[in-house]
Amino acid sequence: MENYFEAGLDELRQKLLTMASHAETAVNQALQALLQRDYDLALRVKENDRILDQFEVEIDEMVIQLLTKAPLATNLRLVTVAMKISQNLERIGDEATKIAKRARDLSQEPPVKITLDLPRLARMALDMLKAALDAFVNHDSAAARALVPRDKEVDALNKEIHQTLAQHMVENPDTIGRCLHLMVVSKSLERIADHAKNMAEDVVYLYEAQDIRHTGKNQAAPAAPAAGA
Amino acid sequence: MAEPQNNSTALMVKNLSVFFGKNQAVKNVSLDIAARAVTAIIGPSGCGKSTFLRAINRMHELNPEARMEGEIKLFGDDIYSRNVEPVVVRRRVGMVFQKSNPFPTMSIFENVTVGLRLNGIRNRKLLAEHTEQSLRMAALWDEVKDRLHAPAISLSGGQQQRLCIARALAVEPEVLLMDEPASALDPLATSKIEDLIVQLKKDYTIVIVTHNMQQAARASDFTAFFYLGELVEFGPTTKIFTSPSQKRTEDYVTGRFG
Repeated sequence: MENYFEAGLDELRQKLLTMASHAETAVNQALQALLQRDYDLALRVKENDRILDQFEVEIDEMVIQLLTKAPLATNLRLVTVAMKISQNLERIGDEATKIAKRARDLSQEPPVKITLDLPRLARMALDMLKAALDAFVNHDSAAARALVPRDKEVDALNKEIHQTLAQHMVENPDTIGRCLHLMVVSKSLERIADHAKNMAEDVVYLYEAQDIRHTGKNQAAPAAPAAGA
Repeated sequence: MAEPQNNSTALMVKNLSVFFGKNQAVKNVSLDIAARAVTAIIGPSGCGKSTFLRAINRMHELNPEARMEGEIKLFGDDIYSRNVEPVVVRRRVGMVFQKSNPFPTMSIFENVTVGLRLNGIRNRKLLAEHTEQSLRMAALWDEVKDRLHAPAISLSGGQQQRLCIARALAVEPEVLLMDEPASALDPLATSKIEDLIVQLKKDYTIVIVTHNMQQAARASDFTAFFYLGELVEFGPTTKIFTSPSQKRTEDYVTGRFG
């Protein structure tokens, strides 16, 4: 006989995964629009953001309903983590929308003649996002832990890109507008990586019942997985 | 107060009042209970919820001092009409009590079939089929199929309660009333009863009185909050437990009284 929670929890998981898929697509499409100077694609990213907003609302409602049934242990952690993951995914959607907006603006002007490591930053952020979601799906808290320190590399690369752009703006004031757009894009990618890191920390909490946020000990050996995870 | 959202109404309760001598235990309650759904009745001790439940299958009439006013219709039939026997009502509206009460001198098989046999059914094959069907519906069949003639009291508390549910289901009621069905059981047995309730609602209308709010949240679709004999608030369970409209409901579910 099916446990009264299971159906609700399965539905919650499925909804989260669908939302995650939409978020990944949004980021991918925003970057594609930027690199290929595709105005229409950028506009679609903006329009589709409301789908992610709607998912966040629906998932929060499901979480509240499930909480009235007093879930415990892994079920309790899943339900509370679901709320946090959905919030992170919604913010990722917002960052994708920001990138898409700058892509639209940049597509209307000639490209800046500058070599930037933006594609690498984009790759890193996207890889982190995918890794966080895979860790959730695969119950892999070790993979989630391994993900967390990668955020420092992203921060460093973002800083480097900002410095390159700042230097370029000083030397080429006519490019200031466009360079500022690119700075925002770089910052958004850095924020996406932050959200992926947050989700990875939530995954560790879910499967190990360990809160590894703000500890600075991200490389500590993992504890034994919590029972039932 | 929110209206039930199901398409059909199993029980229409209108201006129901129940008196025991001078004491009015239920005060002018009107409520529509949705068919093939679970409705929970919650409220502090002495709020009239059990009395209300018993009025639905005329069990309060076992008390000579009891008197009722108002109307209850079961799928359109007035169950208090002069030409309706209480026994007939109780066949259509079954009941399970807080303390499980299998007949102690009877076997598991005899307990399940007692209602059928009292109705004159003697055919062994039919009785056996009904027994298996009822015990399966009560999620007890696998545990007892090899010892149907063992004494009913040899079962654990949780099993006895499921036996009582099987006994109630054997006469094919339309509505099942449950008065704190799991309060005498351990958590695992309680969880099984809750799972069972969720399964049974596909075929039966269920009304359950419970003092356990998480149980009401887990197992029911609609919840009615009673206080001092009055119906204070009624609506979808989620609404009652996440954003009740009445302050008294809010105070009760957050544990400020009761």
